[in-house]
Amino acid sequence: MFGRDEKVPEIRLTAAQYIILAIFLVLAYGLWKLQVMESGYYASAAEKNRVRNVPVLAPRGKILDREGRTIVDNYPSFSALLLRDSSRDLAGDADLIAQGLHLDPDEVRARIRRFAAMPQYQPIFLKEDITPDELQFIEAHRNELPELDTIMAHRRLYPRNGFMAHLIGYVGEVSEDMLNQPQFELYNPGDVVGQSGVERQYNTLLMGQNGSRQALVDSHGREVGRLGETEAIPGKQLKLTIDIDLQIAAEEALAGKNGAIVAMDPRTGEILAMVSGPSFDPNDFAVHVSRDQWNKLRDDPDKPLLNKAIQAQLAPGSTFKIIMSVAGWQEGIAQTMHVDCHGSAEFYGRRFGCWVKGGHGEVTLEKAIYQSCDVFFYTLAEKLGIDRIAKYATDLGLGQKTGIDLPNEVSGVMPSEEWKIKNFKQKWFAGETISVGIGQGAIAITPVQLLRAISAISMGGRMVVPHVINPTDMPPGYVETEHVTDVKNVPLDPNGWTFITDAMSRVLLPEGTAPSAHIPGLDIAGKTGSAQIVSLATRAKFKNSEDLAQNGWFVGFTPRRNPDIVVCVLFQGGEHGRLAARLATQVIKAYVDKQRRTPTKMVEKPKSGGTIDIGGLWTEPDSDGDKEKLQGGRFVLDLPKKPLAMAIAAPGMNQ
Amino acid sequence: MARYVSYRDFDWVLLGFVLMICGLGVMEIHSATVHTKFAGAHVKQVYWVLAGVGAMFLVSLINYQALLDQIHWFYIAGVASLMAVLLFGQRYLGAKRWIHMPGGNHFQPSEWVKLILILAVAKYFADMRQRELSWGDFMKAGAIVGIPMLMVLAQPDLGTALTYVPIAVMGVFLGGLQWKQGLIVGLLATVAIGAVFLVPRVHVLKSYQKQRLTSFIDPELDPQGSGYQVEQSKIAVGSGGLWGGKGSQTHGNFLPVPQTDFIFAAFAEEHGFVGALGVLLLYFIVLMRLTQNAQTAPDRAGTFVVMGVVAVLSFHILVNVGMVVGFMPVTGIPLPLMSYGGSSVLFMFLALGMVMNVRMRRFVN
Repeated sequence: MFGRDEKVPEIRLTAAQYIILAIFLVLAYGLWKLQVMESGYYASAAEKNRVRNVPVLAPRGKILDREGRTIVDNYPSFSALLLRDSSRDLAGDADLIAQGLHLDPDEVRARIRRFAAMPQYQPIFLKEDITPDELQFIEAHRNELPELDTIMAHRRLYPRNGFMAHLIGYVGEVSEDMLNQPQFELYNPGDVVGQSGVERQYNTLLMGQNGSRQALVDSHGREVGRLGETEAIPGKQLKLTIDIDLQIAAEEALAGKNGAIVAMDPRTGEILAMVSGPSFDPNDFAVHVSRDQWNKLRDDPDKPLLNKAIQAQLAPGSTFKIIMSVAGWQEGIAQTMHVDCHGSAEFYGRRFGCWVKGGHGEVTLEKAIYQSCDVFFYTLAEKLGIDRIAKYATDLGLGQKTGIDLPNEVSGVMPSEEWKIKNFKQKWFAGETISVGIGQGAIAITPVQLLRAISAISMGGRMVVPHVINPTDMPPGYVETEHVTDVKNVPLDPNGWTFITDAMSRVLLPEGTAPSAHIPGLDIAGKTGSAQIVSLATRAKFKNSEDLAQNGWFVGFTPRRNPDIVVCVLFQGGEHGRLAARLATQVIKAYVDKQRRTPTKMVEKPKSGGTIDIGGLWTEPDSDGDKEKLQGGRFVLDLPKKPLAMAIAAPGMNQ
Repeated sequence: MARYVSYRDFDWVLLGFVLMICGLGVMEIHSATVHTKFAGAHVKQVYWVLAGVGAMFLVSLINYQALLDQIHWFYIAGVASLMAVLLFGQRYLGAKRWIHMPGGNHFQPSEWVKLILILAVAKYFADMRQRELSWGDFMKAGAIVGIPMLMVLAQPDLGTALTYVPIAVMGVFLGGLQWKQGLIVGLLATVAIGAVFLVPRVHVLKSYQKQRLTSFIDPELDPQGSGYQVEQSKIAVGSGGLWGGKGSQTHGNFLPVPQTDFIFAAFAEEHGFVGALGVLLLYFIVLMRLTQNAQTAPDRAGTFVVMGVVAVLSFHILVNVGMVVGFMPVTGIPLPLMSYGGSSVLFMFLALGMVMNVRMRRFVN
């Protein structure tokens, strides 16, 4: 027996030491074997041992028009990229690289820093669409700069000269700001994404998924083998509701002018054409836009980067009189109103002039519309008051986003008493209502809002959401666009909107405000407008300046009943609505000509029973009976259940 | 009766060698992480080492004999904390190893349980009254280590669980293991390990453990998994040659986690056979110095405490360096004092604190 203090036998401790020594000898042998005996083999293994992840870029989906014609395509090009898995001092090589690729060395270094937190196997894109001599530089420096490599990429090819540029938008490298937004969180720095227009709105569809190739490369960057490859998934193609033929007509109409033209099918809300002027060439951005070029575009007073169809907020001018007429009719005021116009009238102690200095004389609603009498609508506005005007205008979608499937749509302003108090902490002055009556003052709307409102009136109150894609063309499960087929019904008195649209059809007749835009054989209902450039403050600042030229507006549709196209034109600096009207009728004519050329209007005979829609124009005596009036309308023929008895056998025919 | 305990009896030589190893570790952590997202880890490692040294001095002040008298409470607390991990632990990469502490810290109980086990085993064998080990002692010693080991295995953390084994082995060996017993247990262990190696489909092991073992046996089968890591580690070590190379394996991202589990491979690549052997020599000196302290311990318990630390440290070195040179499977065991990581560094210095504690009282009694 022994006590607590008895020591552990010395021999066992010594044994433990020998065991430890044995372990260390084994480990030392392991090191000797690897580092001395087989070091040559492992040294060459390390040389060969460079797996490189080379991305395989997915091509973006094409953009097509409604008939499947290609609008935006891709073309192959080379991009220079910097591989970071080599053990080279990238920042040190930056000067030589920048020189060879014609880049700014600081920019290259900044880029290397920006990507520092990314996994090393992800290369940095240095320059896209490199020139043959830059490609030559990379090939010639394979040994000095093994980290530099090229990759074939599919680049965007946009229509030239800014054709449709605002609607299509453009792509660019995802910015840091964008990466911080939740909808871009899945993207990596260096990814090319849509920056505006359809390219941005439908980026997730258009953008494919990049694949990658694991290549074995030697220390000089030469590929010596391949480990595996995940294929790129190309982006989906996107079919727009745009009709290229109509788009061309709209582009030609607006060529060289400031403003916007939008054409829509009022039955569905499909946008058929959308132009904003002046335009820009997205091909300039597709490679690399220089800061100077960008600043020039950004600071241009004509705002070429703005899609004015959805982003210009302007006073609607006299086109607003249609909304006034609807409001007046619905309230039971306008239909019985008679105004004697002497060229001006006084309201709340201030004189308001009519655009016809001599006055229109005796004016009713019909004449007020086609002659655009200001005094009539001043009086109507006074009777309605701002809140009733605002109610109908808001019901018809003014001062709100239309929900069009394009990014950065603006809402504009439809003033009301509540709006004034909320935004200016001031009471609404009754005098301000008078200006709003003719679409001036605080009211500011976008062309597409006006288009949608007039479209709704022409369809008897059926208000659609404008859209540039058809949800049925989208891949299954894509729910982001489902809302574009929503329809809102604004209750309108049928007598009212038919009366108002009939009056609108006289705008292009000799007695109207835009007879020079008349095209024989076309039943166009519309309304001109010319609006002072909106803000009072701006007006004070640019006193007597050329910039104060008025904006011309026209919004119209054809045919008068059950229209199938509605067009809105904003002609900035266009002075008068009739010039805008001429642009609109050009587009409408192109549409109608195409409809007449294509045999798609043939009525298909139902197998049995059912109905056939037939549209038609005819003349009938006016209510006074002294002159004839053009009428348009639609007939619905009920077919009998039995097949129609056709003249199968005529006399003289042999069976 | 007791002589005044003084820092003159502190093992400054041992501390010097330990800090040399830590210094090389910090240097290599810096080199391996300098251009990665872990850049700056070496600074944190310096803080951990400083904190460790502080903790070591604190631990050396408390008389280990007093600690041993209370060890059953520590043991219960240790088992309870492992239970807490299993019940409330933070799941990370498929395993529950951590507990969230107030203030955003994480706590890994399996590390300090190692320390408790060293003390508990020391206490058990110090109190033993006969020279030769009975099968009953064998079972009891096995149970002391076995219970927490099974709990760690359930986390699952095979690597840490295995580090408990050498504590028991060392205790049993010094406590009077008989030749016959040694032979039988050794045979059983060989059969058990053989079964694991030869039948990788054993259900006890988690799939990642099976994969590690499989790929250890034939790395070529699985070039991107654990076998890939072993292969890359061997290439790193081998390409270092006699004097060291440019370190393309470490900096080219081929070597997995070069700042933690594979730090020795990174060091061997950059400093060659000469450098790597130098590090092994430093470890050997530290271990020999520890064994010497075990011999001069004032009592049986002190010897067992120090030798427990020796056992854990040797086992870590064997498994980690063995893994790096391709002799051992990838188990996720860090190299003590060199690998980056707070828990590992703190454990080593607390253990060294226990050793100092024993040494400073060698003339007491």
